[in-house]
Amino acid sequence: MAESTNLPVEEQVKSENQWTLILKRFVTNPLAMGSLVVFIGIWVFSVVMVGLGPISGIWELNHRTPYPQGAPNGAPTLEHPFGQDTIGQDYFAMTMRGIQNSYLVMLLIGGVGTVIGTVVGAVAGYFRGWIDALLMRITDVFIVIPALVIGAVVGRISGDMGIWILGTLLGAFLWMSIARLVRGEFLTLREREFVDAARVAGASDARIIFKHILPNAVGVVIVASSLLMAAAILTETGLSYLGYGIRPPEVSLGRLISDNQTAFANRPWLYWWPALFIVTPALAVNFVGDGLREAFDPRQKRFSRRRTREQS
Amino acid sequence: MFAYITRRILVSILTIVAASFLMYTLTAVSGDPLEELRASNAINKEELIQRRIDLLNLDIPPVLRWFHWLGGVGGCLVPFAFECTLGNSVEGFSVAQLLPPAMASTVRLVTVATVLAIILGVAVGMITALRQNSAFDISITFLSFFLYSLPSFLIAVLLKEFGAIGFNNFIARGDPPQIGLFWVIAITLLSAIVWAMLLGGDARKRIITFVSAGVATAGALIYINVTDFFRVPHLGPVLLFLLIGLTVVGMTALTANLKNRRALLAAGIAGAVAYICYFALQGLFNVSSMWTLMILAVGAIAGSMLIGWIVSLFGPDKGQVIRAATFTGFFASSFVVLDRFMQAWPAYINHPRINGRPMATAQASTTGYTADIWGTGLDQLMHFLLPTISLTLISFAFYTRFARAGLLEVFNQDYIRTARAKGLSEHTIVMRHAFRNMLIPLTTIIAADVGTLLGGALITERVFAIAGMGRMFDVGLQKLDLNPIMGYFLVIAILAIAFNFIADLMYAVLDPRVRVK
Repeated sequence: MAESTNLPVEEQVKSENQWTLILKRFVTNPLAMGSLVVFIGIWVFSVVMVGLGPISGIWELNHRTPYPQGAPNGAPTLEHPFGQDTIGQDYFAMTMRGIQNSYLVMLLIGGVGTVIGTVVGAVAGYFRGWIDALLMRITDVFIVIPALVIGAVVGRISGDMGIWILGTLLGAFLWMSIARLVRGEFLTLREREFVDAARVAGASDARIIFKHILPNAVGVVIVASSLLMAAAILTETGLSYLGYGIRPPEVSLGRLISDNQTAFANRPWLYWWPALFIVTPALAVNFVGDGLREAFDPRQKRFSRRRTREQS
Repeated sequence: MFAYITRRILVSILTIVAASFLMYTLTAVSGDPLEELRASNAINKEELIQRRIDLLNLDIPPVLRWFHWLGGVGGCLVPFAFECTLGNSVEGFSVAQLLPPAMASTVRLVTVATVLAIILGVAVGMITALRQNSAFDISITFLSFFLYSLPSFLIAVLLKEFGAIGFNNFIARGDPPQIGLFWVIAITLLSAIVWAMLLGGDARKRIITFVSAGVATAGALIYINVTDFFRVPHLGPVLLFLLIGLTVVGMTALTANLKNRRALLAAGIAGAVAYICYFALQGLFNVSSMWTLMILAVGAIAGSMLIGWIVSLFGPDKGQVIRAATFTGFFASSFVVLDRFMQAWPAYINHPRINGRPMATAQASTTGYTADIWGTGLDQLMHFLLPTISLTLISFAFYTRFARAGLLEVFNQDYIRTARAKGLSEHTIVMRHAFRNMLIPLTTIIAADVGTLLGGALITERVFAIAGMGRMFDVGLQKLDLNPIMGYFLVIAILAIAFNFIADLMYAVLDPRVRVK
């Protein structure tokens, strides 16, 4: 016993907060960190190039104006690095706009879906009984319709109302997987002693849910939310491809593919650039999500990608 | 059990009814179904509008119209009581008549894609789990992450605009079409590396695998180039013999064990019978119809089982012997049929409707093309190949990851340690102890995946212009034609719920620890 207190200061282990540990594990994961850098880098690049909203960027060409062809077939040149489409619009400006719109819809779906899913799941798992039964039956009703189908209907409703409303409404219909996961987590956590302690101390239900249980379930929420965001990119571009997502004059990467589909044989760059900027962010989000899962749960005991899929 | 099933069905019906309300009202408020008529310049515009309002009951508000629609559907459930109707489309066609042909192509597409994805995904996933953290494992992990992040329309467009057209140009160009030297070397190296990684082992074994796989691939490619295989494909007696021989050995090794001589014998007899049938049945094949082939297929499987059963009478391991014979018989007879399809190929690509460009990029069959069962079979194949691949690839990633994680989890179980301690061979442990237990959770994932695939079919059918259910929904949504949309919804909702239900029951059957309540 006496030995331990006599240890030199350097050899004593410094205590670390759980969050610091998680952050450390994430930061030391090269694949996840690299993906995060790529993910944010693409957005920053597009903002620097074509600006954000009213602020204009350093790229002078507009994404709506047709320009005279710089090269035969509108092939990529220094002036138009991604080439020009069939009517001569600058493909670089269009792709950059498309990236921003994709990111916006993804964040909206991720944000709205996560909030609704977490609240529904938390309430159902915490109160159990008829509230749980009712909420889960409602979740089942939403799950019956495939995401792309309900997305197409929602997209048709909100397509003309702009990207913000489209993203928010889509999020309102894509929260089910998160709700199920959070409910499962709450069902086990609510039986733990710290919940009893909080209740005995006089905490209200809302306080127990949000202050005591939710911080313990946040790992599940974050990982599921990253998976939802990766799926959101694919949903948005897929819907826009079908014509139910982002509408002209706004640009969507999926729309670029469907509009130029017949020209790919002669102008393959019209396919490859949007394809690259659909797949890369989605891949990056997937890797970040995987890194987060490893950081939150290095032994992969509590929740796994597999269980996430199984329950969703 | 009976009470459980009854309750499940009741809850499912309620869920579908609620979901249909959601779908109906959402779609109804998403736009104006009379928009195109209002914009038209027809002289009798008012009359047209009035006629459509009468046809679709548009004067009733959506919520009440939903009850009307539900009443029509409800009539289908109660026999003799009410008239069964799913309503009419804008053009006045009955949805109940539009649905079946549309369902046929979609269901075929989704079923084939699911089955292929499960077989390939589970096989690859198991190998990656067995070779955990190897270069092969890591490459497949990356590949599956990549496929997760690839929207289905990107794959479909890529296959259609680059794959199909490239392949057709390749067939049409050379005389005969030749695989270039660069590609021969590239494919040879790739195959050698993949096989060496797949089979593993020590350095010496890897080198042997590398060299032999490389030689075999290069040989096959050169053979293809020399014999004009792309335009006159063939198996013939020699190649067929080799293939059936490999099947006999491979299937015995997979289902039983090569040391199990009786299983090898049964598989050998089944293979030999298939080989003899190849010579005996050519005349019958020439006049075959769909039904003949069906009967032959059933006969092949039943015959192989019989062979297995007779051989198994002479010793133990009945199940293994019968399995070895059945699988061998199935695959060997598939090769015989494959050979017959190959014989029909030259006539197919030289047909004026095909005109030497066999890989189809649109629709479900070539208009104006008529031929015997082999020709139409090839036509179907060439039309469904690319859509099926694009659907399969997405689910493939899903099943690979799932099978890998599942097998690794099972390997940590105590009963695997017990099996190892008993001294069982690794083959027996993997195939008989681990594999079967790994399959149990797979049942739940299949149910979830079918929904995703049906959504994916929406995009695939658009890209490849196939007139399936996805198209029905798509066209319906563009025109705001509610009844076809709801018909589509009914089919996919019932499919999704049925698959979930079957999955739950399967789970309980496969895993005795699970009791349905």
